[in-house]
Amino acid sequence: MMTSLLGVLFDGFAYGMLLFLLSVGLSVTLGMMNFVNLAHCTFGMIGGYATVTLMNAWGWPFLATLPVAFIAAAMISVVFERTMFRRLYRASDLDQCLLTIGLVFVSVATAAFIYGTIQQPVQLPGYLRGSVHIGGVTLGVYRVFLIVFALAVSGLLVAALEFTRFGAQVRAAVDNQRMARGLGINVDGAFAITFALGSGLAGLGGALAIDIVGLDPSFALAYLVYVLIVVACGGLGSIGGTFAAAVLLGISDMAGKYYFPAIGSFMIYFVMISLLMWRPSGIFGRR
Amino acid sequence: MTPTDPATAAPAPTAPHPHMAAQVRWRTVEYVFWLATLLPFVVAPDYLALASQIAITALFALSLDLILGYAGIVSLGHAAFFGFGAYAAGLVSKWGWGEPLSGLLIAGLAAGLLGYLMSFVIARFRHLALIMITLGFGLLLLEAANSASGLTGGADGLQGVKMWPVLGLFKFDLYGFTAYWYALIVLFVFFLMARRLINSPFGLSLRGIRENPVRMRAIGAESGPHIRKIYTIAAFMAGVAGAVLTQTTETVSLGVLDFQRSADILVILILGGAGRLYGGLIGAIIYMIARDWFSGVNPQYWYFPIGVLLIAVVLFLPNGMLGGIAQLIDTVRGRRWFGWLTSPPPWLRSGSKP
Amino acid sequence: MSPVLETRGLDKSFGSLAVARNIGIALPRGVRYALIGPNGAGKTTLINLMTGMLHPDGGQIMLDGEDITALGPEERVRRGLVRTFQINSLFPHLNPLEAVTLTICERERIARTWWRPTSDYRAAIDEAYGILDSLMLGPVCTRETRELPYGQQRLLEIALALATRPKVLLLDEPAAGVPREESSELFTAITSLSQDITVLFIEHDMELVFRLASRIIVMVGGGILLEGTPEEISADPRVREVYLGGAHG
Repeated sequence: MMTSLLGVLFDGFAYGMLLFLLSVGLSVTLGMMNFVNLAHCTFGMIGGYATVTLMNAWGWPFLATLPVAFIAAAMISVVFERTMFRRLYRASDLDQCLLTIGLVFVSVATAAFIYGTIQQPVQLPGYLRGSVHIGGVTLGVYRVFLIVFALAVSGLLVAALEFTRFGAQVRAAVDNQRMARGLGINVDGAFAITFALGSGLAGLGGALAIDIVGLDPSFALAYLVYVLIVVACGGLGSIGGTFAAAVLLGISDMAGKYYFPAIGSFMIYFVMISLLMWRPSGIFGRR
Repeated sequence: MTPTDPATAAPAPTAPHPHMAAQVRWRTVEYVFWLATLLPFVVAPDYLALASQIAITALFALSLDLILGYAGIVSLGHAAFFGFGAYAAGLVSKWGWGEPLSGLLIAGLAAGLLGYLMSFVIARFRHLALIMITLGFGLLLLEAANSASGLTGGADGLQGVKMWPVLGLFKFDLYGFTAYWYALIVLFVFFLMARRLINSPFGLSLRGIRENPVRMRAIGAESGPHIRKIYTIAAFMAGVAGAVLTQTTETVSLGVLDFQRSADILVILILGGAGRLYGGLIGAIIYMIARDWFSGVNPQYWYFPIGVLLIAVVLFLPNGMLGGIAQLIDTVRGRRWFGWLTSPPPWLRSGSKP
Repeated sequence: MSPVLETRGLDKSFGSLAVARNIGIALPRGVRYALIGPNGAGKTTLINLMTGMLHPDGGQIMLDGEDITALGPEERVRRGLVRTFQINSLFPHLNPLEAVTLTICERERIARTWWRPTSDYRAAIDEAYGILDSLMLGPVCTRETRELPYGQQRLLEIALALATRPKVLLLDEPAAGVPREESSELFTAITSLSQDITVLFIEHDMELVFRLASRIIVMVGGGILLEGTPEEISADPRVREVYLGGAHG
């Protein structure tokens, strides 16, 4: 019983790390520009397909594809941001929703056209496969790698936000956009860079997710719901909140599916709705 | 020129009473439209099943238009009420009561009750929280229906729905003849109701909520009761639409509660043009016919043109396709023939945030 | 004569910033009050407190001798305490006739009716047209609000407030942004308001303040500096200090 509990906690935590990578960019950009970007998981999917293509078609090693996944997602997101999103920063939520849902539809269809609707196979390198046993608990090596990797990325992210000049500008823009503009901060520029970084992280998350949840064209839509739940519960623009919500959701999802398979996914939506009704701005939300 | 006694001396362009009365009056185009809905009986008797699907979708779109187009309440989970009505109608029939009209009423009331309970939550939130809550509520209901497979049949669908003839006379036939006129009459009745509603003082208040909720408070109007009322009415209508689907197809699948259905109906309404009553109907006709056309190709490819259209509508056609076409004609002809279609004009773009 | 609107010891702060300090004012029926003070003095905050858009940390608000401190904004409007907005807050895609009719329907509690067309309520439409016409908006009453010139939109702000049948009308910079040559219509409208209505207006243009107000309240730093007739105010050295010396303070 105890070991299964630890195993569920571990798997859930790893899953939570994945959700964190996928969501953190959306949380920050929502907090900054109030832009409802339902196409965020499309960038995750782009990262995933970048990795799959490089590994399967060109035989790149898995780890080497990760930076490319990041860069591909970031660059494509910048194109979207410059050509479409920026025109809607002052538009209604509905318009933003519709445009980005339109993008999701286009990306799902495009992915289905290029790669087909089947799950993409990915062959992990030997040193990431298998499992280790610690104190009677079996831990997947890949999941350990995932946790360490994601924690390192979040550490880097927090450090960048806390200790760099750019980070200070971003924090100011999230806190009070008008004031930040008044102080001469180039909010649009800072936003464009943040947006690219956030999408890049989603791309990274998408690449890392293949081995855990698989990759097919419906990824952009299926994980959108989870990402939105994490962002809404964590509170817009709060990295700590997103982290906590991602871990909480990852663990409760795993535990739900393990212990109550009949109502596992039911519970998540229930928890989300009750949470939002209790605190509409999220656990750590300020607004 | 300024009249002192508005009742007697108001000049034509600003005369208040004729202006208000003109909004209620039926236009020729509307008569033409409804007459044209009878065409499938004559020109396309092989497509009556599709025609009744269109009528059902149009009713569903109309119900979303009431809350989104008129009251400005965004919903990403409207299929919840459609599906609830569909299952309610199916269960009533399965449990031995196959009379269609009372089944319709029961399903509508069930969905309306659900909508009424939900409306207390809806009226409290706006913006992102509202989008999330409606989305989550829709998914919750889908999971609930999936889990309660003893009741709903789960992923296999609800079996054993058997409908009696309408009014004891007209059996649902294989060609979809009865199905189409049944769905069409239900649609028409609810359209009349919706048309009546939006031209009433209540409809005016809904538009006020859509335009400026803050100002509504400052003129002494409470938005909450209005929102609860329209949400309940819309849920009732969506439930009836779902029930018609169940009754005409004699089966219910989990698809009635799918997120895809909520997204589709939003797309249909937006493409057609929200907030102008006929937008959802036109959108349903175009969307359903186009999808039938492409039914042979991979369903995931289907979302490519839809996505492109959505992007184009948001960026270039704030009035939807209907409004866009009307504007184009008016521009070419240099007249405002279709002004009534573009008015009320684009509010979607202007709901700017502080 | 008992005041129609009275505040007693109103306090409000945002964090450590006190935006309203012990505000006590009493407005008798039918009097034209001007509320003046430098930017950030808390004038709009006071209106927000009185109309219930903000909740005070302490103190009371009385309307016609009744304590309305706990009531929501809608209920205060229903009892006759109505405001306009400094920045137009209108219904952009309704025309003035619809907007004012909507207000009247809400006031008469017929806005719940969904089975009869609005055009059946001839009395409400007549009243709406009458209000618009008295504010010189009759000829444009079927044009969409967002298409109207700015000055007429400011008039519509007042029309909406009047349609609620106010006892006390709080005008937040009614002429803000209106060019000088267009503002005369606006001030004719304010001057010709019924003498039963008590008016409190915020205004920066001192010429207009002295022309329209019979009494003036001066606010500084969230508190009331003094209250008096225009003559008393213009003679008071402290007011000159606030307006001219503020830059050095």
